[in-house]
Amino acid sequence: MLFLLAAEGGESDHNPIIPIWQEIVVGTVAFAVLCFVLMKFVFPRMEQTFQARVDAIEGGIKRAEAAQAEANQLLEQYRAQLAEARTDAAKIRDDARADAEGIRQDILAKAREESDRVIQAGKDALAAERATIVRELRAEVGTIAVDLASKIVGESLADEARRKGTVDRFLSGLESTGAR
Amino acid sequence: MFGQANVLAAGQAAFPPSVDDFYLPAIVPWGAENAPWFTKFTLMIWLAVGVLIIFFLATYRNPKLVPTKKQWFAESIYGFVRNNISVDMIGHQGVRFAPYFTTLFCFLLLTNAFAIIPFFQISPNSHIAFPAILAVISYVLFNYIGIRHHGFGKYFKHALIPPAPWYILPLLIPIEAFSTFIIRPFSLAVRLFANMFAGHMLLLVFTLGGFAMLNANAWLAPVSVVSWVMTVALTLLEALVIVLQAYVFTVLSASYIQGALAEEH
Repeated sequence: MLFLLAAEGGESDHNPIIPIWQEIVVGTVAFAVLCFVLMKFVFPRMEQTFQARVDAIEGGIKRAEAAQAEANQLLEQYRAQLAEARTDAAKIRDDARADAEGIRQDILAKAREESDRVIQAGKDALAAERATIVRELRAEVGTIAVDLASKIVGESLADEARRKGTVDRFLSGLESTGAR
Repeated sequence: MFGQANVLAAGQAAFPPSVDDFYLPAIVPWGAENAPWFTKFTLMIWLAVGVLIIFFLATYRNPKLVPTKKQWFAESIYGFVRNNISVDMIGHQGVRFAPYFTTLFCFLLLTNAFAIIPFFQISPNSHIAFPAILAVISYVLFNYIGIRHHGFGKYFKHALIPPAPWYILPLLIPIEAFSTFIIRPFSLAVRLFANMFAGHMLLLVFTLGGFAMLNANAWLAPVSVVSWVMTVALTLLEALVIVLQAYVFTVLSASYIQGALAEEH
């Protein structure tokens, strides 16, 4: 450049690598104003917006994660409850089955006992009846025998027909006694 | 371009273009020489500042969680610098510096872009004052960050003494000191300034060259057309340089801060 200046024959009083001080002042002030406005009012807000955007996205992710965790927890809880309910139900069924079996056994035992008791009572009654009948029969047979003997002795055996009639009366009397 | 053509037709603009073409008369007071307070350059600086402030305040007046198109656009500019420059270069601490780097990047991109925006067509950064300011800020910033992070003594020890055998240190320490504390700000400023200066100079050469050839001899008209086609091509190249230089300036600033924060070499 100096060479160029020399070639110009020194007609130029400007040297391009010597700054003009007025321009330094103007440039400094202008750039300072620009820096002040942009660095104070614009770019920090951009940074805030970026941060807000990051927060919005991360917040969304966090919310989704929280919801997912809650859902998983609820699912676990429901599963646990379901398993518990199933266990309970099985237990109740088992209990019921056991109860039913017990009741059946009880009823059966009672029925058997009752039937045994009824049979025994029947047997006892029969035995008592039989004993009574035997006793009565014995007494009656004695009486009848006495009656018969007295009749046989009292009435002579003269008349066969009459004898025949006596026997018939005895027998019918015997029958009627047996029927009674 | 047409204004220059008219000027050229009136025989006022000389070919080849010179350094003086970068020093335009002032706007206020109109046409004054050596009155740099209100010139096309300072106007463009204020314009860039105003456009950026209005753009960002308008798009971020009412930020939503689900962004509108404009909000998304503003956010993606910030997100680009934040993630692809600050965080990539510095790590998670880089988020702190993202607002400054985004401001720097947007300011550089827009002021550079004036180089090819019609009716401006020169970048304020072709005056070294503006790149110099930004380079000084980066320089102060990375040294301040380093001193605050490591403490004064440890920072300079860290910056100046590379892990090398002792007998090579007398050679390395001056090189490190020179490159870190002298070359860095200078190269930042000059890289940007020279790119913008040279870009504008190239466009001037090819544009004015076309007119110069046309004026010299009508038979050279086809060559003039080639020259202007070259201007269009170089404008596209300039578009690349504009974005690249804004990016490089920001990335290098980030890299210096990363170096200042680094625990080891």
